[in-house]
Amino acid sequence: MTIDAKRIVVLVPARNEEHSVADVVLEVSAALPGATVVVIDDGSTDRTADEARRAGAVVLSMPFNVGIGGAMQTGFIYARERGFRAAVQVDGDGQHVPSEIPRLIECLEEGADMVIGARFLGRGDYRAPLLRRLGMHLFSAALTVLTRRSFHDTTSGFRATGRRGIEFFARTYPSDYPEPEAILLLCRAGYDVREVPARIRERESGASSITFFRSIYYMIKVLLAIAMGMTRRAPVRRRGEER
Amino acid sequence: MISRVQVVSILGSLTLLVLILELVRRGKLAERYSLLWIATGAVLLVFSLWRGLLDRFAAAVGIFYPPSALFLVGLVFILLLILHFSVIVSRLARKNRRLAQRLALLDERIREMEKEKIDG
Repeated sequence: MTIDAKRIVVLVPARNEEHSVADVVLEVSAALPGATVVVIDDGSTDRTADEARRAGAVVLSMPFNVGIGGAMQTGFIYARERGFRAAVQVDGDGQHVPSEIPRLIECLEEGADMVIGARFLGRGDYRAPLLRRLGMHLFSAALTVLTRRSFHDTTSGFRATGRRGIEFFARTYPSDYPEPEAILLLCRAGYDVREVPARIRERESGASSITFFRSIYYMIKVLLAIAMGMTRRAPVRRRGEER
Repeated sequence: MISRVQVVSILGSLTLLVLILELVRRGKLAERYSLLWIATGAVLLVFSLWRGLLDRFAAAVGIFYPPSALFLVGLVFILLLILHFSVIVSRLARKNRRLAQRLALLDERIREMEKEKIDG
């Protein structure tokens, strides 16, 4: 099954990324002609929304900062309501390479429900700082054990989600640091989550939102969420109360 | 013979109860959130009035100075209250996020409709 580019929405969460967001939008539009680019402006205090609009993106402006999870979920609700077949997440800081998107889409076409562009599968030469690398390995190990599927890069924010995943995430999406937990939720619900190798660039501007103390909070929060997720009943797929 | 500490705890728990009920009466504290508070005040009052109950409770849990048991009971209820509020805050945060999302989506829809009106 091929997915028409017109049915693809690219979700770009951005917070105070006025220097890079326009380039990201233009680059995505060039790499995926016909696709809709939606920038989710998560309470920026700079000109992120204006820059994104000027570059031709649809902008969803959160009235205040709701965090990456809440912002992404807004994008999934948008995708669900407008009937998109695939939602691709690309960060607003320019570290993801839009020309890699077709590889993710291809994998969706082969039947995956969500495809993660993984940074450690050979392509590219991305090296994260030690503590973050430790956390990443920890999450990957935890998820690999819990889902009985092999995951290498569970924190990657470069991913594509198909129709069923969009429906699911519009209802239920984790709040802070959502990436590893989102994988677990989908796997537990019986969906097919895969990884493909993806290149990554040094960020064009801005620093990672994750500082030392936050990394520790991040690690504990995600591990707790994963542990709790395992003790809960597998999420049901029918429509329920949105959380 | 009524002890001084008993007088103080009776007055204290009575003040608490009256304050809570007054807040509910004036509509400053919603009934549903006042129930746990009223229970806290009532339990403290019962223990202050009925010294024998406090002694028995203290002996049962191994506290030598019975009035300390009153603090224990109070502390347990306060912990429960705080936990209760954490649950409420979590729920409010979730609802708040939903509202923010809906607002962002509606905002975009209005912008879209206005553009169509101008273009068309």
